[in-house]
Amino acid sequence: MSASPLIEIRDLRIRFHGDDGRITHAVDSVDLSVANGATLGLVGESGCGKSVTSLAIMGLLPKQSAEISGAIRFDGLDLLQTPDPTLRDLRGDRLAMIFQEPMTSLNPSFTIGDQIIETILRHRGGSRKGARERAVELLRRVHIPSPERRIDEYPHKLSGGMRQRVMIAMALACDPRLLIADEPTTALDVTLQAQILELMRELKAASGAAIILITHDLGVVAEVCDEVAVMYAGEIVERAAVDELFSAPQHPYTVGLLGSIPRLDHRAEQLATIEGMVPNMAQPPAGCRFAARCPFVIEPCTAAPPPLVEVSPGHLSRCIRAPLERLVS
Amino acid sequence: MTALLEVSGLVKHFVAERSLFGRPVAHVRAVDGVSFSLEAGKTLALVGESGCGKSTVSRLVLRLIEPDAGTVRFDGRDLLALDAGGLRKFRREAQIIFQDPYASLNPRMTVGQILTEPLALHDLVPPPQRRARVAEILRLVGLEPRLARRYPHEFSGGQRQRIAIARALAVEPKLIICDEPVSALDVSIRSQILNLLRELQDRFGLAYIFVSHDLAVVKHIADHVAVMNLGQIVETAEADALFASPRHPYSRALLSAIPLPQPKAKRTTVLLEGEIPSALNPPAGCRFHTRCPFVIERCRNQAPALLADGTGHATACHRTAELPSADAILPTAGGFSPALAKLVAAFSRKTEGGSPAGVGIQGTASTTK
Repeated sequence: MSASPLIEIRDLRIRFHGDDGRITHAVDSVDLSVANGATLGLVGESGCGKSVTSLAIMGLLPKQSAEISGAIRFDGLDLLQTPDPTLRDLRGDRLAMIFQEPMTSLNPSFTIGDQIIETILRHRGGSRKGARERAVELLRRVHIPSPERRIDEYPHKLSGGMRQRVMIAMALACDPRLLIADEPTTALDVTLQAQILELMRELKAASGAAIILITHDLGVVAEVCDEVAVMYAGEIVERAAVDELFSAPQHPYTVGLLGSIPRLDHRAEQLATIEGMVPNMAQPPAGCRFAARCPFVIEPCTAAPPPLVEVSPGHLSRCIRAPLERLVS
Repeated sequence: MTALLEVSGLVKHFVAERSLFGRPVAHVRAVDGVSFSLEAGKTLALVGESGCGKSTVSRLVLRLIEPDAGTVRFDGRDLLALDAGGLRKFRREAQIIFQDPYASLNPRMTVGQILTEPLALHDLVPPPQRRARVAEILRLVGLEPRLARRYPHEFSGGQRQRIAIARALAVEPKLIICDEPVSALDVSIRSQILNLLRELQDRFGLAYIFVSHDLAVVKHIADHVAVMNLGQIVETAEADALFASPRHPYSRALLSAIPLPQPKAKRTTVLLEGEIPSALNPPAGCRFHTRCPFVIERCRNQAPALLADGTGHATACHRTAELPSADAILPTAGGFSPALAKLVAAFSRKTEGGSPAGVGIQGTASTTK
């Protein structure tokens, strides 16, 4: 909520044109902003549009099939209007991304050192020797033991947790202003996940970079994010500060999600379930997209798409029945 | 009460490397002396990180792979002594559900064929009645009988897992091994499957071995928990006891590493340093000593035995008695704010009017008990 956000997304819409002529509404009227040094959690289930949104920010969506409209303002530029060469200069420099699969996002035929050094030389220039020193320094920052030796190893020699550290080191190579992390710990064991999350917190404190963390794990969100946006069927259905969202959610989908996770700090005889299925995004429903699965649905919900409105200061919900407390008191 | 399943001293070493002449030179010690027992109608969770041997144990119990040593007794019978016919009979009583419902169903068979096969194989239901039985099983797992004509690819991940559960139920087993059954599913679907598994257990008195890396899920479903590290059980106890006072440093680290959906949660996370050692060359002494924050000299040389106290809570750690209290790493209760608790209750109340996790709807008569 700072005066000038680092990145501001306005009315982002993404449609995919399939080979068979079908149009999928992947993302609809998404508004987001992240301030310098803040961490935004982007939460939702498979297919809700969270990863597509991040790929749009990075300019990585296929031009032939993806139709994108809206604006993504970053550092004085509109990324959607920025020509490719400029985008290539930005990516890996001021904009960086970490993906879920550390195995497939590293090139198996180059050493990890080569891959980090390439990034540094591409964006910062200088000598190869200097870049190598910087690469060793980066590996040390992400707690890779004996980095002078590890730097000459190939990705297959490293474990999953190590590879994810290398990915993080590479993303940090040029001190990015914005780091997008797409399910960075999903493929890892819990003890390694805890290490990586701790590392991300540490690096954020040290660098002041903004982070967009994409995840389906509400526990991870609670541990590292300042603000949360919940996505459902291509739309943001709720946005709030992290404490607010977990203590007083204002969208029924968020309530269902919070009720459906088994938790260590609360024993429920029966977990909440969200009945039904995600709507077909080739023909999104006319009204609220969650209406068919919502226990609080009323007639007007299905008539017109609900707007994202402020329920309390800084807390937005796309539900005409919010504030939800009214319904249960 | 005698146990339904009694496993003792189970060992399985896989050959990792052979010499030029085919002699094994390196072994992965996947399972190294695992013992436990399970009563009918109860759930035992096997917990641990990738490579700890939990899935290997589940396959050994079904004799899908042969153990190198140890015994498995099921309902009083020694499984390792069974011949092919006896083994087939046993497989009727013990079934398995896998993690990936995309890979565990034959894409070229309809759901009806998938569910008829076990009925025919074990000759449980005469052919004319098989279709009705398939319909009944589908209803049990919350799917409509008309879906029997469809192929697996037409279903979502959660529905496929229901089909896999239906296939396991078809033979009316006493034991189902659930190998990470919800790990590949979205959170809202995960809760549906967990609720379904619990309802089926209550209804048919099923015993489960629930293999999982997720302690929050385990807390929700298990009666008894065994924590595994590098092929060995390091702690085992009643679920309530283990979650209230975990003893082994590894169990504590696992518990404290789970992110809590509670932004202001106050607790200490035990961060383990370093990587998980390889089962190819497990550390000498206690296999956890390379990562253990409480390591002393003795741990490096001498492997601790799994010792039980009077309540049956067993720990394999030399320092069990000296470890500090686990209170600091345990989550504080009251994860739900009062407002959230009310909302979730209202959410669940309303959805239950529709169709719950699937059991008991349309008044299916049980033939399974």
